[in-house]
Amino acid sequence: MTDTVQRSAATGEPMIRLEGLTKRFPGQAEPAVDALDLEVPRGEIVILVGPSGCGKTTTMRLINRLIEPTSGRIVIDGEDVTKVDPDNLRRRIGYVIQQVGLFPHMTVADNIATVPRLLKWKEERIRARVDELLDLVGLDPSAYRHRYPKQLSGGQRQRAGVARALSADPPVMLMDEPFGAIDPITRERLQNEFLRLQQEIRKTIVFVTHDIDEAIKMGDRIAILRQGSRVAQYDTPEHILSAPADDFVADFIGAGASLKRLNLTRVHDVELAQWPTATSDTARDEILATLQSSDKGAVLILDAQRRPLRWVAARDIQRTDRPLMETGLVAEAVVEAHATLNDALNEMLRSNYGVAIVVDSSGAYQGAVDFGTVSGAVQELRRAARAAARAPVSGGASTGETVR
Amino acid sequence: MSLGEYLVKNWDRLLELTVEHAVIVLIALAIATVVGVTVGIATYRTQRPSKIALAVAGIFLTIPSFALFGLLIAPLGLGAKPAIVALVLYALLPILRNTIAGLRAVDPAVVESAQGMGMGRWQRLVRIELPLAWPIVITGVRVSAMITVGIAAIAAVINGPGLGKDIFRALARVGTPTAVSQALSATLGIIAIGILLDVGFLLLGKLTTSRGIRD
Ligand SMILES: Nc1ncnc2c1ncn2[C@@H]1O[C@H](COP(=O)(O)OP(=O)(O)OP(=O)(O)O)[C@@H](O)[C@H]1O
Ligand SMILES: [Mg+2]
Repeated sequence: MTDTVQRSAATGEPMIRLEGLTKRFPGQAEPAVDALDLEVPRGEIVILVGPSGCGKTTTMRLINRLIEPTSGRIVIDGEDVTKVDPDNLRRRIGYVIQQVGLFPHMTVADNIATVPRLLKWKEERIRARVDELLDLVGLDPSAYRHRYPKQLSGGQRQRAGVARALSADPPVMLMDEPFGAIDPITRERLQNEFLRLQQEIRKTIVFVTHDIDEAIKMGDRIAILRQGSRVAQYDTPEHILSAPADDFVADFIGAGASLKRLNLTRVHDVELAQWPTATSDTARDEILATLQSSDKGAVLILDAQRRPLRWVAARDIQRTDRPLMETGLVAEAVVEAHATLNDALNEMLRSNYGVAIVVDSSGAYQGAVDFGTVSGAVQELRRAARAAARAPVSGGASTGETVR
Repeated sequence: MSLGEYLVKNWDRLLELTVEHAVIVLIALAIATVVGVTVGIATYRTQRPSKIALAVAGIFLTIPSFALFGLLIAPLGLGAKPAIVALVLYALLPILRNTIAGLRAVDPAVVESAQGMGMGRWQRLVRIELPLAWPIVITGVRVSAMITVGIAAIAAVINGPGLGKDIFRALARVGTPTAVSQALSATLGIIAIGILLDVGFLLLGKLTTSRGIRD
């Protein structure tokens, strides 16, 4: 792991350093976490991923000392916290568990206020902080402040859980499968929102998942773990995909590694396709003329703020003389520019014209992702992967041992 | 004398006995709640101690009430004191059992996240676990209220206060014109207290349970 060492030397002390961390539960032959060494650089998202029971949750609980280690050290921000008062330590570490664990008898606001109250903040400061956090995670404070957890959807609970973990602005966050129990579409949205949030808050995050696609999408670095939290490979997603350290890692990534790379490319990194556009008061003849001179099958109708409204094809106009807004199809399959190409591909496959519409953060039309865009990006990725595989591997295999 | 005439003539005395009766039941319930919840908190995390506590509270409930009141004369004499002690012993099991069940039913994920946020053992108990267990605990208190309202009548054998006095007096004078009305009115009084306490604890439970966990 020379790569890691060099990088953290460059940026100073890593935020979290685990040294020979070991946990042996009584009555078990094998330790659940076996001499784990890991460094988490400041401001990065490190993903722990591995098969069920490999020790991911145990590792997280060791970091905030919900479980006491059998041996080894935990160093956070240069301070050895292996022996400090655990309650004080935990107030400095945000913790989100898979089941969220919101307090059902408290309102959303009181849930979020828990740690600030433990830290004895003034009430008006707490109130302001609660509203700020609700805004940050995309819950309208006036609508959600006084709700109870049972009055929230699964996705809203996850957001409230994230807001609660952020309440006292901890430098470190531990997130154990935070988006685990959510339907794929909501999960994708939460992932995107969380990545955007992280751009702002720049926390040091340890994030557990057993979903390699989520790991590739969310992680600055990924630690692939095997039984006993032993690190099979600790590297950037790009390196892990192009140079898996061993068969265990290759198996874990699974087939279709190049398709998985679509998770690494953001929509704003590729050249978007441009489809013809019009507004709802554009003349019909003009639209027909545009379509004739274009190789695309439909025009996208935009509103005054350039937000996509409908797809209208030539035959929609020829068939009836109803207003434009009542012909054609509603413009669905919209993605934002920071979504991954994989998200865009998924949207594309669900859409009518095989096109995902790309908008900026205010919802204005930017361009489109279609099959041409995706296949171009895949070719580009393949070329990059081949180049990377030929280059000498740095920081790839952490262990020389062969598996199975 | 009909029941109606009897009631009109004796209502002030009946009311006094009814209040006495309700008061010893409430005092006994208050003490039993403190003891039951405390023992529940002390034992719910462990298997053996909680089993032992439940077994002991269960044994109290099986002692025939006449015998228990009698047994308490030696250490405590006659009157209200032994009556209350006996009622506490009878009220213990439902409260203790529900406290243990309620605390054990709290979602471990909720407790883990409380601990993970830096709440100490005591804060977790007072701010998270007890409020979540509370609806079950107060249901236990309600059951205990039903048990003790009836048993409290027997306290009259050791000169205890309450409507039992009238029942025992009536039994001693079976055949006299007022005996039946006297026994009947006292019994109706006991039933009225029972209903009032039942509804009262139901409302109290609703009022003291967070809206977030009320169904
Ligand atoms: N409190 C405990 N007591 C005893 N053994 C435990 C305890 N917690 C976890 N283990 C054991 O430690 C091992 C690792 O468990 P852990 O929960 O860390 O796995 P995980 O990687 O989080 O798995 P999953 O993906 O299923 O959540 C397992 O074999 C588990 O049975
Ligand atoms: Mg786990």
